[in-house]
Amino acid sequence: MTDIPQTRWRPATTEPPLVKWTLIALCLAVLGVLLFAPLIAVLDEALRRGWAFALTSLGDRDAQAAIWLTIKVAAVVVPLNVVFGIAAAWAITKFDWRGKAWVITLIDLPFSVSPVVAGLMFVLMFGANSSLGAWLVASGFPIVFAVPGIVLATLFITFPFVARELIPVMLEQGKTEEEAALTLGAGGWRVFFTVTLPNIRWALLYGVLLCNARAMGEFGAVAVVSGKIRGQTTTMPLMIEMFYNEYLSVAAFTMAGVLALLALVTLTLKSALEWRYADQLAATHRH
Amino acid sequence: MNIEIEEISKDFGTNAALNPVSLSIPSGTLVALLGPSGSGKTTLLRILGGLEFPSAGRVLFDGQDATGLTVQERRAGFVFQSYALFRHMTVFDNIAYGLRARPRKSRPPAAEIARRVSRLLELIKLPDIGARYPSQLSGGQRQRVALARALAIEPRMLLLDEPFGALDAKVRKELRQGLRDIHDTTGLTTVFVTHDQEEAMELADLVVVMSMGRIEQVGKPDDIRARPRTQFVREFITA
Repeated sequence: MTDIPQTRWRPATTEPPLVKWTLIALCLAVLGVLLFAPLIAVLDEALRRGWAFALTSLGDRDAQAAIWLTIKVAAVVVPLNVVFGIAAAWAITKFDWRGKAWVITLIDLPFSVSPVVAGLMFVLMFGANSSLGAWLVASGFPIVFAVPGIVLATLFITFPFVARELIPVMLEQGKTEEEAALTLGAGGWRVFFTVTLPNIRWALLYGVLLCNARAMGEFGAVAVVSGKIRGQTTTMPLMIEMFYNEYLSVAAFTMAGVLALLALVTLTLKSALEWRYADQLAATHRH
Repeated sequence: MNIEIEEISKDFGTNAALNPVSLSIPSGTLVALLGPSGSGKTTLLRILGGLEFPSAGRVLFDGQDATGLTVQERRAGFVFQSYALFRHMTVFDNIAYGLRARPRKSRPPAAEIARRVSRLLELIKLPDIGARYPSQLSGGQRQRVALARALAIEPRMLLLDEPFGALDAKVRKELRQGLRDIHDTTGLTTVFVTHDQEEAMELADLVVVMSMGRIEQVGKPDDIRARPRTQFVREFITA
């Protein structure tokens, strides 16, 4: 009996405790250094001279205009890209047509083009130096150095998020559920709203959250097309940079804190929804 | 309802999935489309259901040209190979889907829908599962729910694509009898696709043996067994 080694049986896919805890510690260390510490540093810097001072910096007219502009741009861009993203994912996953592979590559273009280049493209197309731009300015609807340009640039930059989230999910689910609904007598819109949309709602939600975060945070492309007119075409990220360059570090970091907070709100919302619908999520994924 | 298939062909690009085939299905028959994969049997079934359109030829339902009818107008009860149950809906909502999708004037009131759904659940001998989700059912139960969902629309015919393909041998035997019973009670013209010759021979009134987009032989199971017309049929039914 004594010569049987004392082996503790454990499931084949687990590691010894030492390995497990080392990996977890490494992971937490990286998260701490790259994520939590900077976030705390931003908030600490913002509150260096107290809450009152930080809040006063937000009361600045230009600062408030920047916050409103960012929210307005996101409110226009996110719904539009939800529609575009669903349409693109639908066309790609439910139909077979020539040139599909090409379009899939095109959807990724905003990811591979530097945002500054994207901004410059819009300046070239709609700027006062192009004939189209000159005409637009003359007819009282300037795009570059105005809000429409910011919306266009943000639309371009955030276009892939929704489609990219939806395409793999819709490919995996195939189209037989839609076909089943058709054979049961449902029309196209009914199939979309009662079968397709419920099946993609989680992927859609992630896409919307990512799209929203980027729409609010986009700097490069917006910086090029906006012209950075204070109080008119300055979004939050641009405002942060201006404050920082003017050595108004409390104002800069307070604004940065607000932007980070907006991101945290969307993250919390996502977690809350996941928690609330945990049973449904499990039910749809096991199938 | 009798089904007349006249010189139907189907090309996908340059490949011919179906060479011109003709077939006559008398009303109330239980028909098996039997053949190996790539024989065109599923394509033919999908053409009947209106999910694919033929490159040439006509389909007649009760003598009326139905070739141009949309999938919704066909009113074919279709059971898919993987059942294609709506995964985010309960069994009850799955079965009620077709009735709720009807235009307002022909849509039954909610109480009538509930009554019909519970009658269908009785018919498939699963009266208590209305509140469950598809992911909580066994393979055999899913198949029967798919059948009930197809029957709910009061179809003119029943089309089934490999209805027993995803089931283990024991459940398969049970459900074969189940399909036979449902066919006999409803009297619906029923067409099912299978690659299993034993299943076709045991269950069907009429067997259509297909290979490479052609119909090799049509006949009663006993006739096909006794007098296979081609080398392919002989080999396939003894396999």
